Amino acid sequence: MAAYGRGSLVSARDEVLRRVREATASATATPPARESREPRPGDVDRFAERVADYKAVVERCGPDEVEARIAAALDGAVAVVPDGLGYAVPGSVPDDGLSATDLDGIDAVVTLARVGVAETGTIVLDHGPGQGRRALSLVPDLHVCVVRADQVVADVPDAVASLDPARPLTWISGPSATSDIELDRVEGVHGPRTLHVLVVG
Amino acid sequence: MTGATFVGMPAFPEAARAALADSQLRHNLAHATGTIRGKRARVVGELDDWEELRTRAAGVKDAALADLETHLLTLEERLTAAGATVHWARDAAEASAVVAQVARAHEVDEVVKVKSMATVEIGLNEALAAEGIAAWETDLAELIVQLGDDLPSHILVPAIHRNRAEIRQIFVDKMAAAGRPAPDDLTEVPSELANAARLHLREKFLRAKVGVSGANFAVAETGTLVVVESEGNGRMCLTLPEVLVSVVGIEKVVPTWAELDTFLQVLPRSSTGERMNPYTSTWSGVTPGDGPQEVHVVLVDNGRTRALADEVGRQALRCIRCSACLNVCPVYERTGGHAYGSVYPGPIGAILNPLLKGVGVDEQVDSLPYASSLCGACYEVCPVKIDIPSVLVDLRAQVVDAHRGGRPSVEAAAMKGAGQTFASSRRLGLAQRLTGLGTGLARRLGLAPAWSSARDLPTAPPESFRAWWRRTDGGRS
Ligand code: SF4
Repeated sequence: MAAYGRGSLVSARDEVLRRVREATASATATPPARESREPRPGDVDRFAERVADYKAVVERCGPDEVEARIAAALDGAVAVVPDGLGYAVPGSVPDDGLSATDLDGIDAVVTLARVGVAETGTIVLDHGPGQGRRALSLVPDLHVCVVRADQVVADVPDAVASLDPARPLTWISGPSATSDIELDRVEGVHGPRTLHVLVVG
Repeated sequence: MTGATFVGMPAFPEAARAALADSQLRHNLAHATGTIRGKRARVVGELDDWEELRTRAAGVKDAALADLETHLLTLEERLTAAGATVHWARDAAEASAVVAQVARAHEVDEVVKVKSMATVEIGLNEALAAEGIAAWETDLAELIVQLGDDLPSHILVPAIHRNRAEIRQIFVDKMAAAGRPAPDDLTEVPSELANAARLHLREKFLRAKVGVSGANFAVAETGTLVVVESEGNGRMCLTLPEVLVSVVGIEKVVPTWAELDTFLQVLPRSSTGERMNPYTSTWSGVTPGDGPQEVHVVLVDNGRTRALADEVGRQALRCIRCSACLNVCPVYERTGGHAYGSVYPGPIGAILNPLLKGVGVDEQVDSLPYASSLCGACYEVCPVKIDIPSVLVDLRAQVVDAHRGGRPSVEAAAMKGAGQTFASSRRLGLAQRLTGLGTGLARRLGLAPAWSSARDLPTAPPESFRAWWRRTDGGRS
């Protein structure tokens, strides 16, 4: 393996594996059986409620209202938009290889999502078309995220089953938050401090 | 850089006495653990299959550990195929050396870090500092600990022992020397303190070339690492730097992607008491055009194979570091995390440290299995069903043996018997109710020399300790 980890570390591998082998020589355990199941559609009302529980802004709208709702959510803020968004965002900046510092100078980002999870109010991005690379939905302070009602699945197992682990995934449940100061929840630390979700259809 | 260290800490009873005398600490802890307990109970109560999920989580981990060599080899192969470089480390020094080597190769004098217990365990920050490389902690609580030249005291909330006034003072006094100073008019309102951290760390995220992380899970079949977090500092460290090094204990393996779902359900509910934590990131090696283009994974033993070889203690390696056992522990609530002398405090620390380090070598480590009243509350909340009381009792026997030159002693035999009684927390609860013995049982069996001699054990109460704890919500009502 290229530049690092030669020399004594090669034998570290063999030794760790040997220790593992010896330590587990008499161990047996069978993994619990699981039934494979098809992802079930989730309850969209429940999804919207639970996203809102995290102090995110949630709006339901029809497909023809999306662009107006995006504009209202941005309220004049400049947004970066990924390729393949499919909605016109006037005054937006395309992501043409912006640096992290460039992104830090941009107020907002508008993306699509891959999956919504009703039970937990979670949105998952797989950073495919319309979702942008990971930095895009991280550095700007306002994230406007468009989720189609038919993307909402019932629960976490359904979400895991419908996602491709070869892609980078970001599971988002509300705006960034911390409870590190006396367990008081504060919304907004390093990620976007405002999450605005549009549930379409 | 922190100069604080757990090395050379006094044994638990002594350290606990000092902590008990600190009433601010006890107040902070009681408030914090009480709050998390309530949140956890609410979200766990929402799921009607909670017990099934616990059983499944334990079963998946057990199977992963039983066949760990196979899964590690698969993980290595998948990671490599996905463009990552895999390193192996027998111990802390080797693991730290890999990270330092990567940092040196990129000629950086700083790295940004997302909270990772494994990196604290291996003393990474100190090892990097010795090479002139600053390791910036970016989790708010870790930042408070680092700036305060302090030690973490809780798995989830490492600065749980600090209140808002103390945190403000640390920021005002220490931020300037580490980078962007705290705002002049900083108050102790939590949102302002969080904003000060945002501003202070943003410049570090934007310029960092090398990020360092741990991983909550490593999926063998797909070569996927998983980081579960709240603040977004994890996403910053995993996404913005050109180079990422992840330090991963070999026990973090989950064999298949499908099995991850169980853990993504039980971890946030057990940990922060939320249906889901704000951010979970998963990635498999290098993604062209997105995130770090050079990815390293260091698979660390550092005592894990010792724990794995212990047939009773092996189950401690199922731990997903949720910290639920700390929040329900009457001993932890009163002493705090520092008394355990390790990055792993509380009930899990009382078993994990002796299992990783071995008994009969260090007095501090040997005292830990006694830092418990064996009340069983930890077992009841553990999302991977680690039977901490039984492991404690077994370790006490090992400690006694180690101090008698390995000869099985009368006490050791008694403890083995007690171990069977404690093997099920339900059975223990039953035994306590039937006999009214509670802690008196432990004393009569000679179970708790070091710990119980440090406090005055009352005579066996009519109501068991565990029954009292539950009835009074930990003595609060
Ligand atoms: S032992 Fe169980 S309850 Fe304690 S931190 Fe580990 S997983 Fe959580």
